[in-house]
Order: sequence, then C-alpha cells, then structure tokens
Amino acid sequence: MDWLQILNNSASSIISPATLAYALAALGLAVHFGYAGLLNMGIAGFMALGAYGYAIGILTFDLPWWAAALLGMAAAAVFALILGIPTLRLRGDYLAIVTIAAAEVLRLLFLTTTFDSVTGSADGLSGYHGSFRASNPIPEGTYGFGPFMYNEIGWWVRILGIIALALAALTVWRLMNSPWGRVLKGIREDEDAVRALGKNVFSYKLTALVVGGVIASVGGIVYALPSAVNPGVYVTSLTFFVYTALLLGGAATVFGPLIGSLIFWVLQTVLGNVLPAAVDAGILPFMSNIQAQTLRFILVGIALMLIVIFRPQGILGNKKELTFVK
Amino acid sequence: MSSDITPPVAREKTTGLHVGEAAPGVAKADPIIVVDGVRRTFGGLTAVDVAHLEIPRGAITALIGPNGAGKTTLFNLLTGFDKPDAGTWVFDGKSLSGVPAYKVARMGQVRTFQLTKALGLLTVLENMKLGAKGQVGERFWQSLFPFFWRKQDEKIEERAFELLKKFKLDGKSEDFAASLSGGQRKLLEMARALMSEPTLVMLDEPMAGVNPALTQSLLEHILNLKDEGMTVLFVEHDMHMVRHIADWVVVMAEGRVVAEGDPVTVMKNPAVIDAYLGAHQELDLGVVTGRYAAADADPTTDAAASGATDVDVIEEEASEESK
Repeated sequence: MDWLQILNNSASSIISPATLAYALAALGLAVHFGYAGLLNMGIAGFMALGAYGYAIGILTFDLPWWAAALLGMAAAAVFALILGIPTLRLRGDYLAIVTIAAAEVLRLLFLTTTFDSVTGSADGLSGYHGSFRASNPIPEGTYGFGPFMYNEIGWWVRILGIIALALAALTVWRLMNSPWGRVLKGIREDEDAVRALGKNVFSYKLTALVVGGVIASVGGIVYALPSAVNPGVYVTSLTFFVYTALLLGGAATVFGPLIGSLIFWVLQTVLGNVLPAAVDAGILPFMSNIQAQTLRFILVGIALMLIVIFRPQGILGNKKELTFVK
Repeated sequence: MSSDITPPVAREKTTGLHVGEAAPGVAKADPIIVVDGVRRTFGGLTAVDVAHLEIPRGAITALIGPNGAGKTTLFNLLTGFDKPDAGTWVFDGKSLSGVPAYKVARMGQVRTFQLTKALGLLTVLENMKLGAKGQVGERFWQSLFPFFWRKQDEKIEERAFELLKKFKLDGKSEDFAASLSGGQRKLLEMARALMSEPTLVMLDEPMAGVNPALTQSLLEHILNLKDEGMTVLFVEHDMHMVRHIADWVVVMAEGRVVAEGDPVTVMKNPAVIDAYLGAHQELDLGVVTGRYAAADADPTTDAAASGATDVDVIEEEASEESK
C-alpha cells in the first residue's frame, strides 16, 4: 500500500470543495435541526436548488456568476417559504415526511426530460465556468505545499468556499448568541411555552427555515463551482450524509458542523483509499475492489448509528445536555 | 428550604367585587375578563359552555370543579391556545376572538401550564430572559448586531435576577432548567411569566405536586402578585389553598359555571358540595375510619363530627352515588 499517497489524498480533502460544501449544508441543517428543532429531511433539495439555480442562472439567463449564485440562494429561500407556510404548523415528525417528499419532487423535476433544455435532465449541467474563471484574480500556475497543491482555479474555488463558510458561521454564531437565538432554542424545547410568553413562534420557525435553507444552498453552489451539476448527487442519501456530518460534530453548535464535515470527508477519503488498497494487497480476500468502495458507505451508516446511540450531542456538544432525558 | 418559610400572615380578602346577588354569571364591579356564550365541543362532548362569566380585576379568583369540568379548556380558550365553536370574550375592553395566543400574551395576559413547561436545555437565566417583552434583539436583523440590544439585555438580566432572588432560584441561574426539581420548575415557570410584566396571571394548578413548604411560599408569591396590582386567575384542587388566598371562587361542572361567590359561601353551596366537594368535606377520614383518635384530627376538619360519623354510612352513600 502506498501510505504516502493515501496520507496526501486524505490531507488534501480537508479543504476540498466537497468538504466545504458539506460544512455549509450541515451548518444550515444545524439552524434547522439543532437550534430550531425542525426535523428537515430535505436538505439535499436545498443544495440542489443552489446548484441548479447557479448553473441555470449562467446557462439560461446569461447572468454573471455572482448573480447566478444569488439566484440559487433566492430559489432556496422561496422553496423554504413554500415548504414552511403550510407545514410548519405540523408536528416535527410530519415535517420530516413532508420535507423528504418535497426534496424528492424537486430532484425528479430536475431529472425529467420535460425540462431537458434548461435542466439537462439526467445529464445534468456543465460548461458554466466561463464568467467564474474569468473573475479569478489569481495568475495562472500551481501553488501550495505538500498535499495542498492546486492550480489557480482550484485555489479560487477553495478561497471563495472558505469565505462563504466563514461568513455563514459568523452569521449563525451571532444569531444563536442573541435574544433571537434564545427564542429559537426555546421553541425547540417547547413551542407552546414560548407562545405563552408572547413570541410569534410561526414567524421564528419560518425565518429559521429560510436562513438554514439559504446557507445549505450556498453549500450546493460551492459543490457545483469546480465541476458540474449532476442530478445523481442530490439524492436522499446526501441528506443522510449531511446529517452524519452534523451529528458527528454536534447539532446545536456552530463549529460542530464544520468539524463534523471535515472528519466525515477525511474518513471517507482514507477509507476510499485504504479499502481498495487492502483488497489489492490481499488483506480483504473475500471482496472485490468495487465491493470495497461500497463498504465505506456501510461504515458511514454504522458510524451514524453509533453516534446517535452513544454520543447524541456530538463531538463539540455540551456533555451536560446528555444528562437529561427528554 | 425550611428556613425560607415565613409564617403565613393573615391578609385581608378583597371584597365588594360583585354587583347584586352572587349567582353564576353575576356582574362584577370592575371585570377584567368578560366571557359571553363561549362553547367548545370535542366531537359529541361539550367541554365548555359558559353563558356569561366575569372575572374581577385586582383580585385572586379561583376556578374549581371536578376533573373534566372544562377548567383547562376554558383556560386554553381564554388565552388563544384553543378556538371556541361560538362565543365572544373580552380582555381589558378588547375582544380576543380569533386573536392568536402570542398576541394575547403581549396584551398582558400570561399563563402557566398544568404540566410545567420549563425549557429544559436553556439555563434558568435564559428561561427568565425569554419572558421579557419587546426585546430589540429578538428581531432578526437587529439580533445580528449586539450593539442594538446589549444594553436592553443587561437591564432584562438585572430584572431576571431580582425575580429569581424572590423565588429563591438565584443560586441556580446558570443551571439547565432540566436539572431543577418539579417544584422548582413550577417556581421558574411562574417567575418567567412575571418577566413579561402581565396584568392578568393565569395559573393552571400551580400547587399540583408541590410539597407543603413550597406550597406555602408559592401562596405568598401569589398573594404578592395581588399586592403588586395584578389580577390572578387560577385552577386548583387544594381547597385549603382556595380558602386561604382566593377572593372569589368560580365553580365549573360539566362545562358550565354552576356557582360563584366568595370562598366561604361557595363552599356551603349545596350545588358545589354535590358536584365537587362531596358531602363529608369537613370530616377527617382518618378519624372516621378509626385509624386515629378524634383528638389527633386535622385541625381544619370537624373533629367531633368525624368521631360521631359511622364509616358504613359514608360508604353506603358513596356506593349509592355511583349507581
């Protein structure tokens, strides 16, 4: 096994666009699930809207890349409103059912051939990089050190991704340490009690749904920035991966989603490299190379179960929170 | 907690609350709530059917009645947590029909719940601060910039500590509310409600599951609310407490108001005795059943009558009633 190569790949995944995208999506989900107690199972739908909004904005409407990004965020905000107004009066578990269905409806709309000229149906969208790359101030060349060697485009994507993530984390941190966040956490605990204190619970929940949804859509945009938009990405399992990253780090924390996504992707890369290498080296004689690739997703599922059972507050969560049975 | 108890001081009851003879629906000199024809049915069951009811301002009113009489449902209707099938009700001169619960609370009518709702994973102090009204920092855009709300938040915190001190919870301000005992949660819920500076406090069974020493201090707190100019409406099953602090008693049974009056008169009303109190309220069942001597009877009961009553007579009556 080429351990140096595996180590290199793993370290590189720390600031990969996928890690940054997951961190943004998990941060949005932290607003929904960790702070507001909204069991949103459709986070993949919000990410898809960001990605498709961005790509369609450039390809169909000829917008500059930043305006297309805003279009993707606006689409997620509108989706949150449409989803929230009828469903936020429902109890938590019903919201989960509705959101998972809504995200699937979205995905199927993007997949259907009816809108092929706009969405590219099963092929997805690509070739929208012109204006984004033209705006790159970094001169051509390869920069970096050790495992972090990227060309100017790679760095431009990562820098923007990190800036977006930093801004989103700052916003969430500010919100949750304010009286507004106090009300939101109160709603998570018992919305009737908060209502009895004169707070408009519905409007808080709707705002939280929009804020979290927009942050998740930025995650979708970052995911789409370097390569292409593929409808096969925004499936229900993406939602569960983001949940794994979130719960790993700690649902009701600001930095938990970031740490969680980082660990998630580094582990994914390590396993994705080590398992096939182990098969090649004859350590896992009972499976093929392809089976080894699938094994890592099985391990993700097991990890999610173990976290929820033994450390539901996540790595960064307050240990005291675990002491109390709800 | 035993050192905290101040011996109960007899306080004067507020009188002259009603106009005319005390009967169900009697007019009050200065009503804070006026209910007219409020009906709420659940399927075939009529939970609440109140023709007319006025709650006097600046007094402590107890709402009593057997289980299932519709007391909590009436509470929910008055506070906007439930919508009636028919009827109107007015709070402080403003109609509350169709007004959502959070707006009712903003108008100064705040409630607590029968099953205490402490916000478990918020600290005691956060619970308290949540109660304050009109916070700038609770608006979305302003919340992002602490300089808009920090000063107000500090003032709210000061007020929260004052109230926590009164309720003997100041030592626990940084603990999660989930770590409090049941009785402390009741205190916290009441203190939190007071953070909103209400004019009418509605308490749903504030004493349920609270030990006698704490009951004593809760009673004092409720009497203090009246001294501070608030109106109190509470649901309670503990008749000693009702007698002790209520200025006015409203009795409900099967969704209707069956009697109203000052505590002493109401409890002698045969309709109330039939529907709720039972015929042998003044007896100490321990003496009647011979478990201990008449001399050891509860001082609030009639020891002589208890000694003279035959347990078989009561049991016979009970079995007849259930027929």
